[in-house]
Amino acid sequence: MADARKDNDVKTNAEDYLRMYRQMVRIRTFEDNANQLYLSAKMPGLTHMYSGEEAVAVGICEALTDDDRITSTHRGHGHCVAKGAAFKEMFCELLGKEEGYCRGKGGSMHIADQSHGNLGANAIVGGSMGIATGSALRAKLLGSDDVTVCFFGDGATAQGLMYEVMNMAALWKLPVIYACENNGYSEYTRTDEIAAGSITARAEAFGIEAHQVDGQDVLAVNALTRRLVERARKGEGPFFMELMTYRYHGHHVGDINREYYRSKEEEKDWKENRDPIIRFRAWLVAEGIASEAEIEAMNAAITEDAAQAVAHAEAAPYPDASEVDMHVYAD
Amino acid sequence: MREITLSQAVNEAIAEEMRRDPTVFLMGEDVAEAGTPFKVLSGLVEEFGTQRVIDTPISEPGFVGMAVGAAMTGARPIVDLMFGDFLYLVMDQLCNQAAKQHYMSGGKLTVPMVLRTNLGATRRSAAQHSQSLQALVAHIPGLKVAMPSSAYEAKGLMKTAIRDNNPVVIFEDKLMYQDKAPVPEEEYLIPFGEAHIKRAGRDITLIATSSMVQVAEKAAGLLAGEGIEAEVIDPRTIVPLDEASLIASVRKTSRAIVIDEGHQSYGVTAEIAARLNEKAFYHLDAPVLRMGAMDVPVPFSPALEDLTVPTPERVVAQARRLCAGELIHAA
Ligand SMILES: Cc1ncc(C[n+]2csc(CCOP(=O)(O)OP(=O)(O)O)c2C)c(N)n1
Ligand SMILES: [Mg+2]
Repeated sequence: MADARKDNDVKTNAEDYLRMYRQMVRIRTFEDNANQLYLSAKMPGLTHMYSGEEAVAVGICEALTDDDRITSTHRGHGHCVAKGAAFKEMFCELLGKEEGYCRGKGGSMHIADQSHGNLGANAIVGGSMGIATGSALRAKLLGSDDVTVCFFGDGATAQGLMYEVMNMAALWKLPVIYACENNGYSEYTRTDEIAAGSITARAEAFGIEAHQVDGQDVLAVNALTRRLVERARKGEGPFFMELMTYRYHGHHVGDINREYYRSKEEEKDWKENRDPIIRFRAWLVAEGIASEAEIEAMNAAITEDAAQAVAHAEAAPYPDASEVDMHVYAD
Repeated sequence: MREITLSQAVNEAIAEEMRRDPTVFLMGEDVAEAGTPFKVLSGLVEEFGTQRVIDTPISEPGFVGMAVGAAMTGARPIVDLMFGDFLYLVMDQLCNQAAKQHYMSGGKLTVPMVLRTNLGATRRSAAQHSQSLQALVAHIPGLKVAMPSSAYEAKGLMKTAIRDNNPVVIFEDKLMYQDKAPVPEEEYLIPFGEAHIKRAGRDITLIATSSMVQVAEKAAGLLAGEGIEAEVIDPRTIVPLDEASLIASVRKTSRAIVIDEGHQSYGVTAEIAARLNEKAFYHLDAPVLRMGAMDVPVPFSPALEDLTVPTPERVVAQARRLCAGELIHAA
């Protein structure tokens, strides 16, 4: 773990640590339930699990306020939970129910949560880079001090749009942080087969300060983000972070036989030796911030919460047919 | 005759052409080991190697542009665009570059490339993975557009597309990959611009593209039970369009419905209806009807999504009204 106590920028009270832990477990629990809904054929379509990458979303979002914006990806449940979303509205959205964040119109790949500054998941890889940078441009033009974080995967670094907007963000010193979640794979292909050279060097070519950080260490991610957010608020942005992480499931829930592109041993190693939740839990106990019993109680409460939200979503009504051509145009 | 799936048919067509012509190569995201997310291209990399079956980064405008350049200089690239929705990313390369080279160069340059992609909703994939964008490319002079309605057409049209000296866009319906149809063992090609009469009838003509052919055939079956004999015609390519066959059918039946899964407004159905209006007006007993997808982004919720596409029941209802003369004075 990063040495949090010695780092002035890091949140230093037990409440913050426990919230970070809770948020990571909430993401893992949400995903376990979503996977179960898929496997039992209760969820329409496919979804991409965030399990394994929790420390990235939580470490970053815990450094933000509700006024700060994020843009998310096809693998977006983690960002959504970390930015403050509620289970009930999220599960309703996954099942296409009226009470969902997007009234069932968006589904897993388009959840947006306006109330917490989540501008939305995106089913176009790299599709949110313009949106995030535009949000930062607005902050600068209108004189507000919020920061926008753009989440995207290693695969998305292949999109030309990224280089266009990074250039403008650097020229105009926009308060945007590009957060590249490098989980080693772009669908069924290893990152080193689709990305030439160094990813951080690409940002540096535009004069953007870039950092690589262990994405399985929530405190390290949080410490770095807090520093960068503070500087971005003062007009010192943009910044770039490459977060080294791993996805535990397949590319999507249906990607089950995947040994042709990555080994079971590799998956096992990440899960057993670098899991962000196991690591942080051990640290909390070692530091005397929480006891094993307290942690178990927290986990149980989250499991129960999720079960209730799933049950609610399953029973919830679909949107009325009259909603189909509603919201095509704003009033 | 043996039956194979649409997916196998596409695979066979590409393999046969790659064996026949060493200048044919294939490029796209996860086309090699993964054989695409729909597994349509499985096995090709084993036979042809990674020099001719090339996995690309997620850089659609980049690799489509490279296909244009390779095609202009002596190769016959097939580019795989994983979802039809990604056409928006490659529009400049396809429409400004590929489509216009031959004309702008006074006939000196050619761009013999194939862009294979897909269309179709009701997979619960939401607004950015469900669109049917054939009208967009059919609008651009210089591009040919094929829309196979079964494994038989998929194979014959693909082989013709690869040998064509123009940029050709082929749309496959994602929901039809596992549908089987009789496909001869021996080689055949299906010429562009030749419609196929799927079912003969005298009372009304149902002109349908891609998977809408199945919808029209089911509708025709239901109508037969009511004593209405519907003729079902599949244009197979919308550019070039076999106007003569469509007009001949309408001369016989005097009524027509055009069914295509693109948005109804300004779409393929509108174009075909307009041509029938201009060229078969004298023979019509009723206005030509268009049936496309609703003019809304494709909603995720199953309760809404199913309302947006033409179904056999909706086609039957409209056909019934047309044949009863009800729509002649419709506003
Ligand atoms: C423009 C575009 N191209 C291709 C896809 C299909 N696709 C969805 S996710 C994905 C891989 C993305 O990899 P990465 O950015 O590393 O994110 P990860 O899935 O690893 O989180 C691809 C190719 C897409 N959705 N959008
Ligand atoms: Mg990745």
